Amino acid sequence: MNADAKIQIRNLAVRYGRKESLKGISLDVPANSIFAIIGPANSGKSTLLKCINRTIELTPGARVEGQVLIDGQDTAGIRDVYGLRRRIGMVFPLPVGLPLSVYDNVAYAPRMAGGCSRADLDIIVERCLRQAALWDEVKDRLKSLGTMLSGGQQQRLTIARALSHDPEILCLDEFSIAIDPVTTMRIEDVLLELRKNMTILLVTNLVQQARRLGDATCFLNKGELVQVDRTEVIFSERPGNQVTHDYVHGVFG
Amino acid sequence: MKPEEAMRPDSQPAQDASGPGGAAPPGRRRTAGRGPIRRLFHSLSERTIVSLIYLCGISAIVFVFSIFYFIFREGAPFLRDGFDFQKFFFSINWMPTSEVERSYGILALIFGTGAVTLLAMVVAVPFGLGTAVFIAEFCGRRTREALKILIELLAAIPSVAWGFIGMVVMGPLIVRVTGADVGANALNAGIIVGLMSVPIIVSIAEDAIRAVPDDYRAAAEALGATRWQVVYKVIFPAAKSGLLAAVLLGVGRAVGETMAVLMATGNAVNIPADGRFPFFHALDSVSTLTATIASELGEAPRIGALPDGSYPPAAHHYQSLFVIGIALFVITFAVNLTADLVVKGIRKQR
Amino acid sequence: MSPPEAGPSTLGSGPDRAANLFAATDLTRRKLRAQRIAKYAFGAMAAAIVLPLLLILAYLLVRAWPMLSWGFITEVPANFMRGGGVWPALVGTLYLVTFSLLVAAPIGVLAGIYLNEFARDNWFTRAVNLAVINLAGVPSIVHALFGVGAFVIFAGLGKSILAASLTLAIMTLPVIIVSTKEALNAVPMAFRQACWNLGASRWQVIRTIVLPNSISGILTGLILQVSRAAGDTAPIMFTGVVFYMAVEPGTLLPYSPTDQCMALAYHLYTVTTQVQDAPEALPYATAVVLIGFVFVFNSAAIILRTRLRAKKKW
Repeated sequence: MNADAKIQIRNLAVRYGRKESLKGISLDVPANSIFAIIGPANSGKSTLLKCINRTIELTPGARVEGQVLIDGQDTAGIRDVYGLRRRIGMVFPLPVGLPLSVYDNVAYAPRMAGGCSRADLDIIVERCLRQAALWDEVKDRLKSLGTMLSGGQQQRLTIARALSHDPEILCLDEFSIAIDPVTTMRIEDVLLELRKNMTILLVTNLVQQARRLGDATCFLNKGELVQVDRTEVIFSERPGNQVTHDYVHGVFG
Repeated sequence: MKPEEAMRPDSQPAQDASGPGGAAPPGRRRTAGRGPIRRLFHSLSERTIVSLIYLCGISAIVFVFSIFYFIFREGAPFLRDGFDFQKFFFSINWMPTSEVERSYGILALIFGTGAVTLLAMVVAVPFGLGTAVFIAEFCGRRTREALKILIELLAAIPSVAWGFIGMVVMGPLIVRVTGADVGANALNAGIIVGLMSVPIIVSIAEDAIRAVPDDYRAAAEALGATRWQVVYKVIFPAAKSGLLAAVLLGVGRAVGETMAVLMATGNAVNIPADGRFPFFHALDSVSTLTATIASELGEAPRIGALPDGSYPPAAHHYQSLFVIGIALFVITFAVNLTADLVVKGIRKQR
Repeated sequence: MSPPEAGPSTLGSGPDRAANLFAATDLTRRKLRAQRIAKYAFGAMAAAIVLPLLLILAYLLVRAWPMLSWGFITEVPANFMRGGGVWPALVGTLYLVTFSLLVAAPIGVLAGIYLNEFARDNWFTRAVNLAVINLAGVPSIVHALFGVGAFVIFAGLGKSILAASLTLAIMTLPVIIVSTKEALNAVPMAFRQACWNLGASRWQVIRTIVLPNSISGILTGLILQVSRAAGDTAPIMFTGVVFYMAVEPGTLLPYSPTDQCMALAYHLYTVTTQVQDAPEALPYATAVVLIGFVFVFNSAAIILRTRLRAKKKW
């Protein structure tokens, strides 16, 4: 276990009522890298992300044990939970444009945090929309409603919003479900660029995406951590674990 | 971000002065945050508003308890001194102002409430449920919208206006049709209160019918059932708890109705001696629990305790009205609780 | 199967049998007739509720017509309540409604926010919900008794506009709570989650996303509260409303909050039951003004709701 890791997860277990969603997993996510998380449906991938920014606390009926440490600090001990969440960008599978203008969508987080002038906001909005490969499509209609964009545009808007508060960590949960392959490729390029100074957690059920992007990959199955290793190892012919091998080579999943 | 920066003592949202630490390249940093006072204000206002929200949530419970407490407080001396449980509930003599023999028996009032409620349900249940079925299953969108708006307006008419309608429209009508001596009687109040209860029955029953999954309808129609067969073979059984709840809430409404009853019943404390009740005596004038309170509270003086702490007999009239209030509170509480449990029961099943 | 070369049917023998495949049998004809009868029967039930209502309203209007004029609204009662107008009662109702709205709106909206946004699924929330249901179900005359016991006597407000408005406020609270809760519930959960992930606090999300998108629904609830408060008689008749009160015609603010006042609903009750030899049309005209007053608010609520449905943002 590496104490220098950006995110350290220690014996994390989550139950929803009687159902065990995560069964005590431990992980290290190194800084400035893309860490891919793969696994079949209901393997606890999204729950893991919710634990990192503590939105799991807002989920009715969820009980959490174990620790998540960021920069060596236990997140459960952080009193300013909103500050914590602003250090982490979150993108969920289904696009959610807030019922605000495109501009206000992206400016939402900085505004809620306070301390931004109008000029700052303009800069942030343009930067984030460019990073999410959306700027060219919406630059002339920043005032129109975010919810009126197409599904793919809304998903890129969601990504732009997740970048708007300069997160140190970016979590993406199957971000490419609602967007077309070309846009997906563009965003993948953006992610590779962002990796230089951001830690990226990429939950995906497209194993090829994990293979393309991941520096390291972990494989979750039914709430248990099956294997974590460098991506080349996981996707090699001999990952060292039969279940992993079967999953990445499409035998089940 | 360094740990000590994250360990800010307050949990307020506005504090981005530090920016997100070294990860951000220069030029991405934000300008300095608002002053500490502004931030403190933000934190305080957030906490204030959240505690206010919790407080208001609790207030509903507080109000229910204080309703019970304050009514009980006014009625307590009577419960302590002059109250005879058996006589109160089983005597038909309500003579609170009699100089010769004061008597507080509410049986006749309970019968009056029962008669009006029963007659009201005879009107409201078939018509209410029928209208709900028509709205939910048989009519087009436009008709439905129009009907719902009309039903809503029906619900909006104040009860005193209903009472007026009972006096000037329904009364003469009843006299002409039945040949009764007076138009202000149990039947009149029953019809009026029935009309008043229709909207609540319609809206709850319609919700219950719409809550029946469309799969059921589709499955039944695929088997060749007509709409009507779907309704009485599939919808009614599936929605029966919701329909029951609708009727119960209608009953609650009818029991509690005051002004319309006061104006339309004739408000005479009366119980037919031969016990053939209530349809054979629907044309008699009656009084109900609610109407009695409304008509007598204004005249019953609130008399304070004597120096020795006891109350003169005349004080009991005022106090006994509050005891009737307690009885009404308990009755409607029970009816509404049952309706709520019935509705919850349906939700559990799904 | 109109084309004759359709070939032999698997169900019958020859084109005759096939042609009759979709023709009504006796059984289906009977079923369809039953369906039509059912439709008309239920339609008749709906009509039996709605049409008499319209007839009655028309009747009231016709009978009230001789007295209805602008003067009837702006004048004070004259000739021992046998003439004049309803001005002091109308203003009194406005007083009661305004004060009760001032009390009930903040409490009701915040309680609705609590129930939809903060309440967890536990016994306490169930207790609050039950209390709201019960508050809505308690008869108005019991609210009147409470008003007498709590505000008139215990709080020492005496019979006054304040005591009556407070009683009305508590009685109409559930209307606001329930409609606020429903309006908030219509805002998708995903918006809240998205904002929480952006580091917004619960209240920030409520203020910036939830409330702006449910404001029409909340307003509808407030309007219905006004309508309910304006129409109810029982809770105010022992807590602050009087038979007659002398008021200068046309004064906008004739009462102070500690005064008693007249109110439309109670005025209708008194002119109907306690004034002898009033002109025929007087109670009818009073009823029309009262019902009209209430209908104005209800129509506003209906229009607001229709417009809200027309412009959905998602």
